Amino acid sequence: MSHHLLEFKDVRFRYPDGTEALKGITFLITHGESVGIVGANGAGKSTLLLHMNGYLLPTSGFVTVGEVPLRKETRPEIRRKVGVVFQNPDDQLFMPTVFDDVAFGPLNLGLPPDRVRERVHEALRRVNALALVDKPPHHLSGGQKSAVAIATVISMEPDILVMDEPAASLDPKSRRSVIGLLNSFAHSKIVASHDLDLILDVCARCLVIRDGAIVADGPAPEILSDATLLAENNLELPLTLQGRPALEGARR
Amino acid sequence: MSFETAYSGIGRLDRLSYRDTVVHRLDPRAKVAATSLFVVAVVSFPRYEVLSLLPFFLFPVLIGALGDIPAGFIVKKVVAVSPFAVFVGIFNPLFDPGVVTIAPGVAVSAGWISFASILVKFALTIGAALLLIATTSFPGICRGLRRLGLPALFVSQLLFLYRYLFVLIEEAMRVVRARDMRSFGKRGAGVRVFIRVVGTLFLRTVERAERIYGAMLARGFRGEVPSMRRETLRPSDAFFVLAAGSFFALCRFVPVPQAIGRLVRGFTG
Repeated sequence: MSHHLLEFKDVRFRYPDGTEALKGITFLITHGESVGIVGANGAGKSTLLLHMNGYLLPTSGFVTVGEVPLRKETRPEIRRKVGVVFQNPDDQLFMPTVFDDVAFGPLNLGLPPDRVRERVHEALRRVNALALVDKPPHHLSGGQKSAVAIATVISMEPDILVMDEPAASLDPKSRRSVIGLLNSFAHSKIVASHDLDLILDVCARCLVIRDGAIVADGPAPEILSDATLLAENNLELPLTLQGRPALEGARR
Repeated sequence: MSFETAYSGIGRLDRLSYRDTVVHRLDPRAKVAATSLFVVAVVSFPRYEVLSLLPFFLFPVLIGALGDIPAGFIVKKVVAVSPFAVFVGIFNPLFDPGVVTIAPGVAVSAGWISFASILVKFALTIGAALLLIATTSFPGICRGLRRLGLPALFVSQLLFLYRYLFVLIEEAMRVVRARDMRSFGKRGAGVRVFIRVVGTLFLRTVERAERIYGAMLARGFRGEVPSMRRETLRPSDAFFVLAAGSFFALCRFVPVPQAIGRLVRGFTG
């Protein structure tokens, strides 16, 4: 199914102040793949994500979603295919009630009211947040906000789901339920995070980015167990792959 | 009043508005209309009127009781803003020395009467406005205003204000707390630091606005905030406005307390 492809070809991006954030990024993500993007702070992860739905346009190089090349005119179409969940749910949830927020995307797609209502309920049901439908976002807990933020995007039924730190600042239980949620999606998924355990749980493939370029691309278990590679990128082994001799010693 | 208690007051008002009572269930338009009529009726009384205003207290008392709103909370809020009304009327007794007889043998200066009238009108109108907010969710009020003809752009602005007021206040609270914890005594709490704090908050707000706009674009925003609520006025809403309107008209044009007085005297005499 070629319409779920996401291809970057030698993408470069320079911010107006001259900082070169992306220096020739090339990769191809195929249908149903789940890909983690990791790297140090400032490596270019966020800039990369903002190219996936055309919020930023490459200074040079090409981005293609399905058969649609990313250009200024094709952005509305690209945004229908690629749903982006931003890091801070307070930025993602801008409408006065959960219902209005989840309905925002489908209404902008021009769906009739009945279909919108269906989509809203379906999306909220999938993230286990149907009970919150009439609440205002500022009455929700952090975990509930994250779940609703994901619902606002899946209600548009995108082909590709892109997430920036989906579980940042969540308590362990909420984080676990977000991981379960992500694993229940058959979409192509792209997740940028410093939470390497989450990447290990959710993604089969992993890209490592340093200084605006890809330095590693391969199966997530392989990359995330390469201690040297991770250390070079300000990262460390996922906690599940780290022994805890000190703790075991204390228990004895 | 500290920043944090002020915030919890707004938060409480907001939470009250999501209750489910007879009053909360009324259409927002009906409540906005009735409250406007109420305010107009109260304000239209001449300046020396006090007694005729008293029946109007029935409206806020009824709304508060049926809406299950704690009376003490509303009274406290009214008292908190009352200095404004006191300042407006405090000089009336000095500048208006005319003498009025209010009861056989009791005469007071006309200024005191008009001062009392201002205070009563103030308590009535502010109380009614607070009760409107406490019994109607803010998005509901906005939808009501939109349906009553307020331009969509203003309504969107109000909705964003409501959505981000709490986010902004919490951010301000965090910044203020961080400052207080590292400013010992008076140092650090001065005006110059305050100006910088406000500057920081402003920059953060601009950045946040940019991120929100990005999130809106990502979901297909093209300049108009869509809405699909279609509320229809029910008979109960119409009845509420009609009943409230006729009660206000009655109290406005018929001096009810005097009429009751005459009635009572008629019976006894």
